[in-house]
Amino acid sequence: MSESEDPYENLTITTGAVVEPNTSRVNKTGSWRQFKPVINVDACIACGQCDTYCPDQAAKPVEGEDYYGFDLDYCKGCGICEEVCPTDAIDMIREEK
Amino acid sequence: MAKAEQNPSEEQKVMKGTSAVARGVMAANPDVVSAYPITPQTGVVEKLSDLVADGELDSEFIKVDSEFNAASTCIGASAAGARAFSATSSQGLKLMSEPLFTAAGMRLPIVMAVANRSLSAPLSIWADHTDAFAERDGGMMQFHAEDVQEAIDHVLMGFRVAEQVNLPVLSNFDGFILTHVQEPADIPTEEEVSEFLPPRDPEYTLDPSDPKTMGAFARPEHWTEARYEIQRAMEESKDVWAKTVEEFKEIFGRDYTEYNGMLDTYHGDADYRLVALGSMCGTIRKVIDEYRAEGVDVGLIRPRVHRPFPTEELREALGDAEAVGVLTKEMSPGYESALAGEIKGTLYHAENQPPIKSFVVGMAGRDITASDIGAMIEETMEASAPMAFDEQESWPQLREELLADGGD
Repeated sequence: MSESEDPYENLTITTGAVVEPNTSRVNKTGSWRQFKPVINVDACIACGQCDTYCPDQAAKPVEGEDYYGFDLDYCKGCGICEEVCPTDAIDMIREEK
Repeated sequence: MAKAEQNPSEEQKVMKGTSAVARGVMAANPDVVSAYPITPQTGVVEKLSDLVADGELDSEFIKVDSEFNAASTCIGASAAGARAFSATSSQGLKLMSEPLFTAAGMRLPIVMAVANRSLSAPLSIWADHTDAFAERDGGMMQFHAEDVQEAIDHVLMGFRVAEQVNLPVLSNFDGFILTHVQEPADIPTEEEVSEFLPPRDPEYTLDPSDPKTMGAFARPEHWTEARYEIQRAMEESKDVWAKTVEEFKEIFGRDYTEYNGMLDTYHGDADYRLVALGSMCGTIRKVIDEYRAEGVDVGLIRPRVHRPFPTEELREALGDAEAVGVLTKEMSPGYESALAGEIKGTLYHAENQPPIKSFVVGMAGRDITASDIGAMIEETMEASAPMAFDEQESWPQLREELLADGGD
């Protein structure tokens, strides 16, 4: 990430460096990812285990559907969802750019 | 300084030092007290626990499994907007060290009474200042009391200044010498203290209905600025402290205003000046009287405040001395007394640099006798610069015959 894209570069330091909620949303950590989760929607039973275990809250139910999807803006590609999925519906695929 | 020769007045009570400090803390009406017992501090929080249990103090007394959690509990309470108090000593202060640096960085005005005690090993329960000096660079203000009255008053003034500049306070008083002494002291009432110490009004609080993140991660782009703000708050605290001692004098009548509240002196314009912290100054005053009666012009400069460091005040108080002797209950292995080193540093760019000798004495409760002090006065009078490093500091109480090699 080049310096000009750093959303925190000019963050003002308050007393005690107190930070307002949700400020980390501007930091799109998906750019750190080397592997991305790909879901087999037929195998997904919408149990929500991927959501429960995801450290970045990037696994979410897809609206109007009976399966889950991933917010690739924040998914760091750790692969925990693949490990915990009871139906092996998630595969981690190497990112290609 | 309370005058030992006075009889206790109507307002004064004679009680153990730790109980007196606890009574003073009660008058400050803390919302939360959290501590873990350790000698010689235990009496402070034991008494506070009694006062809470007896319904005299309306405060949350939170029992914890360690000093680490006592300090951490105070951090949480203070972040939520509470006035938080703790007390500890020695190893307990070491265990608090990590959360205390955090409290300073989070700018939380936690006030602690530290009953000073040496650090292990070898294990010792007796007084010196090794524990306080080991926390010197955390961003906590530090005061040193000479007697029980000051130990009470420093805690009260500590809350007043801490809550204005948002820094924690370590209010030091010597273990056993002050914690376990029975001494007359004015115990401030809650009415008096509430006039002096308004309720806390924090800029930010932890509140689930208005979430904030405190003590978050800072990258190299920001950490310097956060730390610089502590340095700036320390600078600001000097003015706030000077005003605080004035306000205190108006309400309570006790006068700590000399040198902006930073230094207390006794014949401070004498040719030869001793510098010392805390309870040993009582004995020093008596010995100074004896030497002055013999025509020796010797006086005492006692820093009341160690952080922020009284730089300008010490330049004024020591700059024109013929020679200075620093009597210190701490040492920095591999260099010299931290206090002596700081005083030398503070005088380096001043107009004059009197020769300075430092003396490591009174470690781990070893008594400092009148004749010990007399000998140090006499050695100070012979000090002249330049000095080799090994001439700068001595250990006049060292029992060389106990050393394995006999001191050779």
